[in-house]
Amino acid sequence: MNATVVLAGNPNSGKTTLFNELTGGRQHVGNYPGVTVEKKQGTCKTDTGRFEIVDLPGTYSLTAYSLEEVVARDFLVNEKPSMIINIVDASNLERNLYLSVQFMEMGLPVCIALNMMDVAKKRGIEIDIQKLSGLLSIPVVPIVARDGKGKQALMASVAENIGQSRQPLRISYGRDLDAALDEMEALIRPAEFLTRSYDPRWTALKYLENDQQVIDRGYKQDKATAMKLDAVVQRVRTHIAHTLDTHPEGIIADHRYGYVHSVLKQGVIRFFQDENRIQVSDRIDRIVTHRFMGPVIMVAMLMGLYQFTFTFSTIPVAWLESFFGWVSAMAEQALPEGMVRSLLVSGIIDGMGGVLGFVPLIMFMFLGIAFLEDTGYLARMSFMLDRIFRMFGLHGSSVMAFIVSGGIAGGCAVPGVMAARTLKSPKERLATLLTVPFMNCGAKLPVFALLVAAFFAESRAEVMLLITLISWTGALLVAWFLRSTLIRGESTPFVMELPPYRLPTLKGLFIHTFERIIQYVKKAGTVILLISIILWAMMTFPGLDETRTKEFEDRRSTIVSGLSQETADEIMTQKDEKLTKPMLTVKENLLQVDRDQAREALENSVAGRMGAALESITRFAGFDWRTNIALVGGFAAKEVVVSTLGTAYSLGEVDPEETASLSGRLKTAEGWGPLTAFSLILFTIFYSPCFVTVVCIAKETGSWKWAAFSMVFNTCLALLVSTVFYQIGSLVLA
Amino acid sequence: MERINLRQMKIGQKGIIRRVNAGSELGRRIRDMGLIPGKEITVQGRAPLYDPVSLRIMGFTLTLRNNEADHIEVEVS
Repeated sequence: MNATVVLAGNPNSGKTTLFNELTGGRQHVGNYPGVTVEKKQGTCKTDTGRFEIVDLPGTYSLTAYSLEEVVARDFLVNEKPSMIINIVDASNLERNLYLSVQFMEMGLPVCIALNMMDVAKKRGIEIDIQKLSGLLSIPVVPIVARDGKGKQALMASVAENIGQSRQPLRISYGRDLDAALDEMEALIRPAEFLTRSYDPRWTALKYLENDQQVIDRGYKQDKATAMKLDAVVQRVRTHIAHTLDTHPEGIIADHRYGYVHSVLKQGVIRFFQDENRIQVSDRIDRIVTHRFMGPVIMVAMLMGLYQFTFTFSTIPVAWLESFFGWVSAMAEQALPEGMVRSLLVSGIIDGMGGVLGFVPLIMFMFLGIAFLEDTGYLARMSFMLDRIFRMFGLHGSSVMAFIVSGGIAGGCAVPGVMAARTLKSPKERLATLLTVPFMNCGAKLPVFALLVAAFFAESRAEVMLLITLISWTGALLVAWFLRSTLIRGESTPFVMELPPYRLPTLKGLFIHTFERIIQYVKKAGTVILLISIILWAMMTFPGLDETRTKEFEDRRSTIVSGLSQETADEIMTQKDEKLTKPMLTVKENLLQVDRDQAREALENSVAGRMGAALESITRFAGFDWRTNIALVGGFAAKEVVVSTLGTAYSLGEVDPEETASLSGRLKTAEGWGPLTAFSLILFTIFYSPCFVTVVCIAKETGSWKWAAFSMVFNTCLALLVSTVFYQIGSLVLA
Repeated sequence: MERINLRQMKIGQKGIIRRVNAGSELGRRIRDMGLIPGKEITVQGRAPLYDPVSLRIMGFTLTLRNNEADHIEVEVS
């Protein structure tokens, strides 16, 4: 048998664990068409058949409010799967069955996988499976998703029940609503109103529930019938408001829960202890969310995650760096000097290194976050921080993305933007991922270190702290600004489950992390490579013309004239220690010519010309064309600001780790002072994210519009902040 | 027996929901999670800044912001 089966259920019910157990490694991740909700698919082969399993997003209900619910519902209606495996948490039966009942009301084939029977037993809950199955007239199979127990029986039951016809479940919603439902059904059936997609009574029910999606669809399909249904709904709504002082949605939810409750009361479930008795989880919560202990533990956990991500990833990052260094060296040896070599080494190989260099970071970050998420701690963290983040239109869960991006200086916005996935509310999520790039990522630090060493050497620590405070304040204020203008709207309700603490499975953690890396490399990788080649071209072309190149050649010849060929070769090939003093002077002079040539080539490149052209605007912020070129280069990666500044000041490419020479040069350079330096610090904090982050924003929001927005908006903001600072500063100091 | 707002309940206090006033998305979410008239709830704790509140219902733990809890009337003894 070949069949498509969907896996549906509440969040935290073990759905993903069961999905991993059923499909093993044979799964792939994509998106549902047109939205950013993740769609996981996999195959499950058993002796009874081959099943294509689609993992629906976890939901508590099937209304049309959250994106996940709409996606789940549309998939069920449009794809008509052969069977829904509804995973139900046995230790939390009543709320879980609320969703099952909604599937049954749609008339869809359902099979319940009753998970966590072991946990239920420990909590003193006994469930009569036969009776539950009999009362709901659907198959119920006990499983333990964590170790795959019962999965054979589950799939056998699925195979057995596919293709059997079933009647939609009819629940009584009280006299008023039942009468209205009958009346509406009588209108729907003859008009064949939406009957191709939905069961007539279900459509009627959704009309009473004021379900905007169904109402809109109905209005488009058949306006006349839609109006008639509207009239019935209006009448009932007014009647209920008068007599019962409530609305139909309320009554419907009450009766649905009432139905579940009445099923359970018929001997399905027995409690051997109070169901609300204090569990181990509650004891942990008393400490972990304690007024004083809670925040302390949270800071420790965040520091831990940070350390874990950025300390452990340095080792594989170093491996990757030395690997790509080795490849570059090989290419340099194998190819003659020229454009092809430059493209291959500086464009393609460096670009690939750039793409893959983020992989260890993403890997460790997701491993850490998946651990916090699966254990249930992440939910506690957003519980504790929600009050603060809410003031700025964000959500408690935003904290993770901010920390990873460099909330503790030294993070990285690429995994930070991806970490915003833990946010379930779309508006808060968008505001979060647009503001995390303001945090001080590891690549901005060399820029700050350079400027602080040159101009604020006495108060290094204070200035670094000030920088951190500015970026946090800026990010939160911009979030607030965006949430009250472009991404305006009510905050998403915080009605959220605090799941019991659980030990995550290793398999789950690794599958999750692996998926993320594949997605990053596949989706973002190619674009990043392309852009790094474009940036290389901008910094290289058109280069120096022949006359200028010849002049530099002449300067070199003048320096080495009078030396024998042997000596000249020796100077170029031997290490410094082996050279005599006069020979060293010659070498230094030659290197100076190289640096001057590099500076002039840069000045003459597309990026250089852009820098010069922008000077008329940026001089109000205190930046000359050299700084501008460096900032253009910083779009590739923020630390490139340092090396490009080095080239622009004829110091050659400055290693971001070793900036003593450059900071010495800046101290004495014309136009530089503490004011310019701090203006540049402010600009670096706020201006456009590096293009890797921009690509990630595009992929995560599903639109290039927001990626472009973050480039333009952030750069304008940075320019504004720097200019205001520089102008006021100049006035005060003058 | 006395009817109060969920916001006013103390940690550890038990009560039975009597009314949910919220409509639209918030109301739907509140009800979907089982916060409907007749259910017993126990306030489990509050976040360090007193908001949100966590409570226990039907054997699981749920969090709500104070301004969301305002819509729920509870009968306490």
